[in-house]
Amino acid sequence: MDLIGNLGLGLSAALTPYNILFCFVGTLLGTLVGVLPGIGPTATIAMLLPITLSLSPETSLIMLAGIYYGAQYGGSTTAILINLPGESSSAVTALDGYQMARQGRAGPALAAAALSSFFAGTIATVVVAALAPPLTSIALKFGSPEYFGLMVLGLAASIVLARGSVLKTIAMVSMGLVFGLVGTDINTGAMRFTLGRPELADGLNFVAVAVGLFGIAEILRNLETTIERTSVISRVAGLWPSRADFRAMIGPACRGTLLGSALGVLPGGGAILASFASYALEKKISKTPERFGQGAIEGVAGPEAANNAGAQTSFIPMLTLGVPANPVMALMIGAMIIQGIVPGPQVATEQPVLFWGLIASMWIGNLLLVILNLPLIGLWVKLLTVPYTVLFPAILAFASIGVYSVNSNTFDLYVMAAFGVFGYALSKLDFEPAPMLLGFVLGPLLEEHLRRAMTISHGDVSVFFTRPISAGLLTVALIVLIVAFLPNIARRRKQVFVEED
Amino acid sequence: MDIKNIAASGTLLAVGIGFGISSIFTMDVGSALRMGPGYFPLILSIVITVIGIAIGIKALRDTEGFHPQIAPLRALAAIIIAPILFGLTVRGLGFVPAVALTSLSAATAATGQRPLVVLAITLGITVFCLGVFYYGLGLPVRLIGPWLGV
Repeated sequence: MDLIGNLGLGLSAALTPYNILFCFVGTLLGTLVGVLPGIGPTATIAMLLPITLSLSPETSLIMLAGIYYGAQYGGSTTAILINLPGESSSAVTALDGYQMARQGRAGPALAAAALSSFFAGTIATVVVAALAPPLTSIALKFGSPEYFGLMVLGLAASIVLARGSVLKTIAMVSMGLVFGLVGTDINTGAMRFTLGRPELADGLNFVAVAVGLFGIAEILRNLETTIERTSVISRVAGLWPSRADFRAMIGPACRGTLLGSALGVLPGGGAILASFASYALEKKISKTPERFGQGAIEGVAGPEAANNAGAQTSFIPMLTLGVPANPVMALMIGAMIIQGIVPGPQVATEQPVLFWGLIASMWIGNLLLVILNLPLIGLWVKLLTVPYTVLFPAILAFASIGVYSVNSNTFDLYVMAAFGVFGYALSKLDFEPAPMLLGFVLGPLLEEHLRRAMTISHGDVSVFFTRPISAGLLTVALIVLIVAFLPNIARRRKQVFVEED
Repeated sequence: MDIKNIAASGTLLAVGIGFGISSIFTMDVGSALRMGPGYFPLILSIVITVIGIAIGIKALRDTEGFHPQIAPLRALAAIIIAPILFGLTVRGLGFVPAVALTSLSAATAATGQRPLVVLAITLGITVFCLGVFYYGLGLPVRLIGPWLGV
């Protein structure tokens, strides 16, 4: 398995006109929705996911990935232009990016964001391509106890990285796991929590739950206040950064890429963490830290590179192990399952075209983003003037049509509405929906491996601790959880996330 | 009393106890060796219930005001009814009326909107969705359903 050959195979799949078209449509739609304040990548993907289901598996995953980084990037545009981060990982970009825009340097800020994102994306694509095969071959040796350990570790990490109360997050994960079990028990055929409704025999529809929790709840949150958009957007003139700007950008972009690639793999919120870490690092090593917050281009380039690299490497656990690192990856896994692909290490060997095509498309998508964003920036600025009162009814109509079209099942629409209200109520009570969605996707897998492991070991729990890999994974999970409960860390976590708001 | 966390605890208790009771009474729990369909959900329900109790007890001792900012009731209703309307009508009335009703319901969620504007938004979205989903993506639906006698 050589890197070049694999990437070549991927490029040949990703470079068909058809796939380029949908990669383009994905990044375009993602940017479009990402530019709208208050709708982050998760909500965007949840709402647009049904549209992709009529496509072939690889095309649909390529388009979804495009929506993901498109939305991620669109969030940075609004962060810079109107100080409204479209999603949490571009909150850091708003700090210096908006200051630059106010000083009339919106162009260089946008270019810094786009170019360092592209640079980070290019490197991260190679990282994904290099790391995926070895990890896949390790994962192929995994038995049920190892899988169980891995998923517990993933969930534990998502608990630590979520903001808010650790107890509440654990409750959310558990709730997601239970909701994931609704439907027919695969071992015995028993109906679980279906309330006698035949529609629930296949379980709660994943898309309906996700669109409800993220899309509908998001709209309700936005309707709390009458949204007025500040029209202080100045004309974006002089896009190209000066030579001094370029010199200032290179270091932060490289360091941000490194940080992002490493932290992105972490479950829960790696990309967000990476952008904060990069900003803190750049400020610390800068000779003129007082410029940060006043429009320092390093404060845009570093975090933007970190957040894009992190977004990309968060595909690694999903692609190699079938375990999602964040809600967006949970959605990608959902899309795979709907397409009839069982996520996991066997995807790389059984579906090499899909696997490498997706990885190669990441680079193409990033290139398309630069093309889309720099020359067309005026268009996105105009889009910011479309009133929300027109947008959200359209979003609701799309979501309804989309959810219905997954199975042509009207019941899914009621599930979507119910989870919309539930998600909104949960957010009012300071519960986070992201860990719940992770639990929802992992529920059936976690149970299956737990039951299988216990059957193999004849009911002896020690099976999880006598096999070295599973013991190691569970020990790390335990340490991670203990750390989350330590008062010192808990306070630090709070600080980190307060800064974000 | 910390009203917010009392409510949070109540939510967890409702889910935990509800699913727990359902696990015990409607399915076979089994043992750790031979886990029945109810085993894993029962464990999770217990975890949720215990956390609910823990948050509840702490909340009873804390004092914290809770004045949540909630979307206006009319907006909430209009948004939630929209997908339900689509579900109820897409088979009977067909795609076009269903999309129109959904958009209309959603569009009325915004306060202080003139009726003419609401209608214009509805019309625009319906035409757009017809173009994208029916003609563009070839969604297999009936444009006008049997209830309208077509």
